[in-house]
Amino acid sequence: MDSVVQLQKQLVDYIASLFHEGFLDEQFNQLQQLQDESNPDFVVEVVSLFFEDSERLLNELAKALEQKTIDFRKVDAHVHQFKGSSSSIGAHRVQKVCIAFRNYCEEQNVEGCLKCLQQVKHEYSLVRNKLETLFQLEKQIIAAGGSLPAT
Amino acid sequence: MENGFSSPRSESFPAGLRVLVVDDDPTWLKILEKMLKKCAYEVTTCGLAREALNLLRERKDGYDIVISDVNMPDMDGFKLLEHVGLEMDLPVIMMSVDGETSRVMKGVQHGACDYLLKPIRMKELRNIWQHVFRKKIHEIRDIDHHESFEGIRLSRNGSEFSDDCIMFSGEDLTSFKKRKDFQNKYDERDYGDHSSTKKHRVVWSVDLHQKFVKAVNQIGFDKVGPKKILDLMNVPWLTRENVASHLQKYRLYLIRLQKENDLKASFGGIKHSDVPSEDTSGGFGLQSSIHTNQNDVANDRDQFSGSNFYGQDLDAKNNEGYREEIVSEPKPDSKKPLTADVPDPQDTRSSQMSFDHSSASLGSDVNYTEFDCSIPKQYPWSECPEVQSKQERKLLLQLEDGFSQQPPGVPQHYIEIDQLQSVRDTSSPIKDEPVLVEYKSRHESHISPKETTIDNFSAQSKSLIAYHQSFEPSSTAISSMKPQAVDLSCITDLESCQRNLISPSDSTFPPFNEDLTVCWLQSDFLNKNFGLPNMEFADYSDPSFIADIPVHLYDTLTSDYECPYDPTEYPIVDQGLFIV
Repeated sequence: MDSVVQLQKQLVDYIASLFHEGFLDEQFNQLQQLQDESNPDFVVEVVSLFFEDSERLLNELAKALEQKTIDFRKVDAHVHQFKGSSSSIGAHRVQKVCIAFRNYCEEQNVEGCLKCLQQVKHEYSLVRNKLETLFQLEKQIIAAGGSLPAT
Repeated sequence: MENGFSSPRSESFPAGLRVLVVDDDPTWLKILEKMLKKCAYEVTTCGLAREALNLLRERKDGYDIVISDVNMPDMDGFKLLEHVGLEMDLPVIMMSVDGETSRVMKGVQHGACDYLLKPIRMKELRNIWQHVFRKKIHEIRDIDHHESFEGIRLSRNGSEFSDDCIMFSGEDLTSFKKRKDFQNKYDERDYGDHSSTKKHRVVWSVDLHQKFVKAVNQIGFDKVGPKKILDLMNVPWLTRENVASHLQKYRLYLIRLQKENDLKASFGGIKHSDVPSEDTSGGFGLQSSIHTNQNDVANDRDQFSGSNFYGQDLDAKNNEGYREEIVSEPKPDSKKPLTADVPDPQDTRSSQMSFDHSSASLGSDVNYTEFDCSIPKQYPWSECPEVQSKQERKLLLQLEDGFSQQPPGVPQHYIEIDQLQSVRDTSSPIKDEPVLVEYKSRHESHISPKETTIDNFSAQSKSLIAYHQSFEPSSTAISSMKPQAVDLSCITDLESCQRNLISPSDSTFPPFNEDLTVCWLQSDFLNKNFGLPNMEFADYSDPSFIADIPVHLYDTLTSDYECPYDPTEYPIVDQGLFIV
């Protein structure tokens, strides 16, 4: 079972690094703790929901910022929503960009908003990749007969 | 079960607490559901506020507590909060990723029993049962209160209760209450007919609420108490407990309305630009009180705009320079529940408070103030197709009823008018067309529905608008007086309505009324059909006409001032118009 142990260690380290680099925060821990036998895929389900919702929100944001006359209230509402959902899984860096984004909305700063949109898209894809990698690792462990390390 | 509650029984409180979660974010909804389930609560999730309201209405007794997000696409969370509080009397917890003080404050003001910041932790959810429990305790305590809510005995009762609680720990809450009730010789009909662990909730129908308000008015708002109201209402199956909790909510509601009304009033029609007014008929972008809500959406907007306005007012006020504390009166005392609630340092509000206080000191019936603020705010006069409209109507009816019950609080007006007179001279013509438009549309929407009173009311609003507008000018004197003027208008708003109801026609109407035939003429009001005011209101959209109004107003007001009015006959309309 060496490979399993190795994989498990890899997973633990990987998660630790995500926390360390600020991709994830305490909320992610909470999610992991909520997972139990009655809901073994809880975290994956929640994160998938987040991905779905985020794609939608990012599209809405891009659309809103492409308008001739930008409705900043609408943009702000979307960012606010995105901030809320990113906080749900602990996507810390995404959340931080959202905060800056909202400030630009308040100032009605078009350039600032466009910049933030790029930033938030970037951070989102980063954390998405990280999480997908994480889930892959978990799958591998389970496939190899191991169990996920307790959080 | 990691909830750590000592009671092992499955129905034992708080396990099995029925929670309704409302959030448009699917991720959060799922997480919260899981968290709550882990706390051994019974969870129902909902992605839309409207859906939530439907669920709540379908099963009036189906939930113990509601947790709702603040920002939702179909309805403002605060609005939902108010509805739940008034219709179902359930504790509501608000949540948001936005933790700004103003938002939290708003939540509290709207009656939320808690405000959680996202991301929410399990431990925060674990203890939400305390809100349900607290509410039950308070309701029981109310039984013991013969007078008002100043619970001197509260602490005593509280300790009694806690003792009982300790004794009954793990026991069904209902049986606990039953014992207490029995001890109080309190005849609760509810206990006889339900098997659930929850106290049966009373549905405050239009009629019932109407009776309630009647009773409140009769007693006098500041002297009111659950027992007195209950006695007056003469509804055999109603318990003092029911009345007490309803009274509490009603008070909060009125206070809130009044505050927003004041804010709105003081800012005349200035602050509507930022409010999204999607309601074509309403144009209620304006803060407040008098809104034209044709439907629920409008209502939501209304609420939203009201709230918005509130937030903006804070800034606007600074800009407008309404800093000065106009009224010299001391802050309202506890006798006036309306103002006591508002510790806000903002000018308008303090002015309002002072104003209220002055009103009170004038011997006016507190009711007036409260009523007018309440009428407009949440419950538009116009008919709404949905259930909500019933409630609004009920308030409407209540107001009308309330008014007809009360003797004209003329003295109050007189004095207020005095205060205003000094300012009047400097005021300049109105420029606030939007206000008129708003009122106009409001009026129009009212016309279609029904009662004469509504008409009168809107007509009154018109006069008030002109009134407000006349005081728009930025001169310090005026601005300083503005809040008072506004208040007066607020008061006169409803009072007018009432007066019109009470003493139609015969009036010592000053000549100027003829010019402003529209609504100023009380007799016109009452005697003419709905169409008349409507037509006349249509004229209001004409800017020149608008400009004319205030002038008239001023002129007539001046002349009117000279003429003493018989208080009993004094039409409210006049009072509203007379800044004298």
